[in-house]
Amino acid sequence: MIDREQVLHVARLSRLELSDDEVGRMATELSSVLGHIEKIGELDLDGVAPTSHVVEVENALRPDVATPCLPREVALAQAPAVQDDGFLVPSPQAGGES
Amino acid sequence: MSDLTALTAKQAVDAAATGDLDPRELFQAYRAKAAADPLNAYTWVADETPEYDSAQGALPLGGVPLAVKDLFCTEGVPSQSGSRILEGYLPPYTASVVAQLHAAGAPLLAKTNQDEFAMGSSNENSGFGPALNPWDTTRVPGGSSGGSAAAVAAGSAPWALGTDTGGSVRQPAALTGIVGLKPTYGSVSRYGMIAFASSLDQAGPLTRDVTDAALLYSYMTGRDPMDSTSLQHPEAIALPTGDRLDGITLGVPEELTGEGIEPGVYAQFEASLKLAESLGAKIERVALPHNSYGISAYYVIAPAEASSNLARFDGVRYGQRVEADDLVSMYTRTRHDGFGDEVKRRIMLGTYALSSGYYDAYYGKAQRVRTKIADDYRNAFASVDLIVTPTAPSVAWELGAKSDDPLSMYLEDLFTVPISLAGLPAISIPNGLSEGLPTGLQIAGPAFSENRVLSAAYALEQAIGFDATPGRI
Repeated sequence: MIDREQVLHVARLSRLELSDDEVGRMATELSSVLGHIEKIGELDLDGVAPTSHVVEVENALRPDVATPCLPREVALAQAPAVQDDGFLVPSPQAGGES
Repeated sequence: MSDLTALTAKQAVDAAATGDLDPRELFQAYRAKAAADPLNAYTWVADETPEYDSAQGALPLGGVPLAVKDLFCTEGVPSQSGSRILEGYLPPYTASVVAQLHAAGAPLLAKTNQDEFAMGSSNENSGFGPALNPWDTTRVPGGSSGGSAAAVAAGSAPWALGTDTGGSVRQPAALTGIVGLKPTYGSVSRYGMIAFASSLDQAGPLTRDVTDAALLYSYMTGRDPMDSTSLQHPEAIALPTGDRLDGITLGVPEELTGEGIEPGVYAQFEASLKLAESLGAKIERVALPHNSYGISAYYVIAPAEASSNLARFDGVRYGQRVEADDLVSMYTRTRHDGFGDEVKRRIMLGTYALSSGYYDAYYGKAQRVRTKIADDYRNAFASVDLIVTPTAPSVAWELGAKSDDPLSMYLEDLFTVPISLAGLPAISIPNGLSEGLPTGLQIAGPAFSENRVLSAAYALEQAIGFDATPGRI
């Protein structure tokens, strides 16, 4: 039901590298789960409103008051790489300098 | 007192209040037990006794220590949600519910093992190895809050926090012979819980008895400005006392006939229905026609939300990173190495269900099924007070028995998932043994009916009289 090419497409959307072996397994396993999920296709759901949140809450607003947030050094403390008071990442360009 | 850890949490709280128990000694006794735990129930244990002041025993939770599922952020203490991608992560803040319980007098004893990002029903998906069931260490403790359940069942923690998305408090409680409460969605703040599926995740207590569950829960509720989906519970939570069920109607789903349920589990369920009748309850069949679509809807909605929530693990701000020459390769390799198989599967499933061309067929439809399921429960609770089912269709299974077939593991959540989709409160209480292993009885009620659920659970707990413990069956 879901083939290797679709698996690779979804993996790209998910920012997930998969080994060749994982791609094959994923195709089989996802197909089996999707097969079960297909069951909801039996239902006539025309005119049924979708539920995204199950307990009724009105817009939850708070007063627009500035409050302190994490100090910069605390926010950066768990980062794998830091430079000049910011998070350090590799270049978006392949083979580029970071 | 000889063995302090033999006391239930409530008994310890009472003894601390009268000065008969020194909370410092209690903490040390549990710390020693947790540090020597043979079940891989813990991912971190406090290495020293926190500073207790003289007022500690007078606090409502008496200084009785608390074990907390790994996915709750605890400042300066590893909080990894069972995942290698967060190995060694030390959060800069503490989850609201953990802070609230600490302020009420329950200090942090330990962090407990869990399925990675709470995705699983066996604890085998933990990045730190499976927790084991104290009733039989060749078997799983259930999941995803398997470490919390194993710890409480084995007596190395007085009580514990878990989280329940589709059954992750109730099912491990059932499989280890303890009590687990999944509260009404919104009644406990989710702030500081590492998110799995935000519209379903809810923190709940795992305890030795119903009284302890009521006591811990009563200090967990409340509106939190940091979680805009949290609500003030309309009732104060009371400790249950009544031992009768007069005037209570218990509903049993029409489709529940024993099919798909282990015979020993079903026999215990039927026996408890008879017990309930002897306590004055009426038993009625109720129609929940969309229940059987619950698993299908859940395995669209939960992975869809997870695929979005887990996008934050990209090797930039926290957690592990696999170095690469360019940014996208760093992301994809970090996520390849950091996530386990089940997490990858659910991210893929959720991304697929949300992707262009499939959104309406999967996510849109699943949200409509969710409406139908919630409507079914609303209708059912017009004629019955509570709904009862077995918590899980089987007893604890052997490690590895369901690992090769993700779908068979998903079907374990048959009785717990629809209630989560409807956002309702439900408890699992020990319901006797089948083949020497614990079974659970699930009792569910309308939104915010925790007091009613706890009262019925307490009455049934007294009548069932479950007193078996692992090791002396």
